[in-house]
Amino acid sequence: MMIELLLTKYNYWVCIVLMMIGLYAMMAKDNLIKKVIGLNIFQSAVLLFFISMSKIEGGTAPILMLNQQALYDNPLPQVLMLTAIVVGVSVTAVALAIIMLIYKAYGTVEENLILEMNKRNE
Amino acid sequence: MNKELPILIIVVPLLAAVLTPLLGKLRRELSWWAALLTTSACFVFSVLILQDVLREGKITYWLGGWRPPLGIEYVIDYLNAFVLVIVAFMAFIGAVYARSSVEQEIDGHRTPFFYAVYLLFITGLMGIVVTGDIFNIYVFLEITSIAGYALIAMGRRREALVASFNYLIVGTIGATLFLLGIGYLYLVTGTLNIADLALRLEGIYHTRAVATAFVLITVGLGIKIALFPMHAWLPNSYAFAPSVISAVMAATATKVGAYALIRIMFSVYNPEFLTAGAYNINYILLAFSGVAILAGSILAIAQKDIKKMLAYSSVGQVGYIVLGVSLMSLTGIVGSLMHILNHALMKGSLFLVVGAVVYRTGITSIEGFKGMGKKMPVSMAAFTIGALSMIGVPLTVGFVSKWYLAVASIETGMWFFVPVILVSSLLTAVYFWRVIDNIYFKPAEGDEAGRGRGHGVYGDAPGAPGVKAADAPPWMLAPTVAVALLCLVFGVYASFPVDVAEKAAGILLGEWGGLHVNN
Amino acid sequence: MNGKAAEKHRHEALAAGHEELPRHRHVIGRTVTKILIPFIQLFGLYVIAHGELGPGGGFQGGVILGVSVMLYILVFGLKEGSRRVTTNARDLLVSAGVLIFGVIGLLSLPLGGKYLQYGALLDDPRMGNHLGIMGVEIGIGITVAAVMITLFCEIVRRDDDD
Repeated sequence: MMIELLLTKYNYWVCIVLMMIGLYAMMAKDNLIKKVIGLNIFQSAVLLFFISMSKIEGGTAPILMLNQQALYDNPLPQVLMLTAIVVGVSVTAVALAIIMLIYKAYGTVEENLILEMNKRNE
Repeated sequence: MNKELPILIIVVPLLAAVLTPLLGKLRRELSWWAALLTTSACFVFSVLILQDVLREGKITYWLGGWRPPLGIEYVIDYLNAFVLVIVAFMAFIGAVYARSSVEQEIDGHRTPFFYAVYLLFITGLMGIVVTGDIFNIYVFLEITSIAGYALIAMGRRREALVASFNYLIVGTIGATLFLLGIGYLYLVTGTLNIADLALRLEGIYHTRAVATAFVLITVGLGIKIALFPMHAWLPNSYAFAPSVISAVMAATATKVGAYALIRIMFSVYNPEFLTAGAYNINYILLAFSGVAILAGSILAIAQKDIKKMLAYSSVGQVGYIVLGVSLMSLTGIVGSLMHILNHALMKGSLFLVVGAVVYRTGITSIEGFKGMGKKMPVSMAAFTIGALSMIGVPLTVGFVSKWYLAVASIETGMWFFVPVILVSSLLTAVYFWRVIDNIYFKPAEGDEAGRGRGHGVYGDAPGAPGVKAADAPPWMLAPTVAVALLCLVFGVYASFPVDVAEKAAGILLGEWGGLHVNN
Repeated sequence: MNGKAAEKHRHEALAAGHEELPRHRHVIGRTVTKILIPFIQLFGLYVIAHGELGPGGGFQGGVILGVSVMLYILVFGLKEGSRRVTTNARDLLVSAGVLIFGVIGLLSLPLGGKYLQYGALLDDPRMGNHLGIMGVEIGIGITVAAVMITLFCEIVRRDDDD
């Protein structure tokens, strides 16, 4: 029963595992860049979730071809994820820009050191 | 042209946002004029939309002429129009106010970009409100958030960067959970249009996937609106952001998030689902909101920095909004919607006054407000009105919404929320009294003290301590006073917004008969 | 706080501190890049132009166009690269692309269509759709390419800085 659940729904398990890895990186790592990497993994998990649900067994890319009635995947989730990827890239870009400014202002990207400096300032 | 208003209110600020940096390259002041003109145009559009909605009840707009659910549809009914006018008005107020404030707080060469990002921020907020497509909500939510991260990071102190980064991480987790929730809904129904979703979910509300989707979406939006246990990003973000951004964000961003939550709770899901015995979602939300109301107020008392105090008080106010919604009654939702309006006005005016004080003296500590009543009389009067309204004194807007919330609690048999509201009002009075006491009844300490508590970067401000501080410059004073006066106006003539809110609540609840009280 | 002074110092260091790569080094890289870039850009344009018919579109094409400039900067250095694509040009292109998109969308409003209803642009809705989507894709392509280049330049610039 458990095995069956693991095998038939493996795409969801992969998504969940990836998500948790990302979440772990965001919570446990002090390095801000590692946090951003964790964020990207977290987002990728959701991208994979959408893409895997659009897949139909034996389906091809959703391109209309002449004289061919092919079975093709659902294109909508893929298009949605294109948008989500762009959103993710924008978030990453802003995050990196902020990290660069933090590095300029604090001289480090280690969160514990930064928080210490903030505390000392107060 | 009237028919095109729903799209114009999105496209005009979007195009203006990309034009602003170009105009700023020609002459720096042009970028401010562009922001001012755009936000005022948006405000006019939003008022016209409200008029249309009052006349016709519901406006729809099909993007590209595609019929929904295939195409993206913008749907505006009473609820959207109500929130839209609030957002557009506060955006306009913020733009007026920004002229002097931004000049001082943001480097000259960055101001055109500041206004560009500001307009993008507004575009995103408007987009969330007008759209009738759930994935579109996600996209606009992220546009707003990304613009918000950048705006907060423009704060003068380096702590602003850390605050912005924390907000970015937490906010993106929230948005991603929201997206995952949308994925579940799409998996079950194959549609993204809100109206279509409601049709297709009929009868399968209690499958596990649909319930999980609700949890993911609520947690995601809960992070965005800073519902109590998920509020950690908010205080620092508001405290270190540029003054005008603190005011506009406090007045609009969390309100729009609350709007999205209401839309999803009632237009995608329905009261039957929320109150069903299997999950009792409304009880869970009620518990969270009750804790939020009390915790926000208690945490606010502990603050020494006035911006942080106001930020924590926002956490409490979000609790009020969620409380009214999760009471599942007409009066409760009216109370929530009124609180969205009221909190925008009250918190807006309070943050604007704090911004004026920062402009003149650089002080953000509560101690530093000593003797301000004499130095900046008009601003402090506005602050007092805002504070009274936050406490909920009759004749101010705060009273109206708290009254509705209290009545709704009794009506639905949740009487124990009445003491929560009362205690929270008392706590609000406590933390605002400290400030008011300093403003009017304590003599100003030696100027040295003021300088010591200021944060240094403002030391060269034109009205630094030691110089006799005058009141805020007219471009800052006028919007502040206008918002503060509206607190009074809507406190006395509350019938119009209440009327709109009642119609909105009526549509949201539909044929729902109310909670069955069993005690 | 002497942040202003420090920043000015940094800017001066930045202006002066770009060491040119010696001419004789990376000959292969430079030559291959020079040959490759036109083909990369041509491919980018092809992907943009085929947006409405096949896989691809403004987004992907824009990224490919942006990558060609990034490659140039990677091999020839930021100084040389910014001489080719100046900051002002980048800012202008970022805005121009969005404006093309928005204005094409708005054009159909006075012609009786909805926003982005390309069919209303011309008498023949088919042709209108064709040209409208093409124009929008070009706008998106310009913006995406310019944004990618800007992001890359900003990150590289700060790296040189420290």
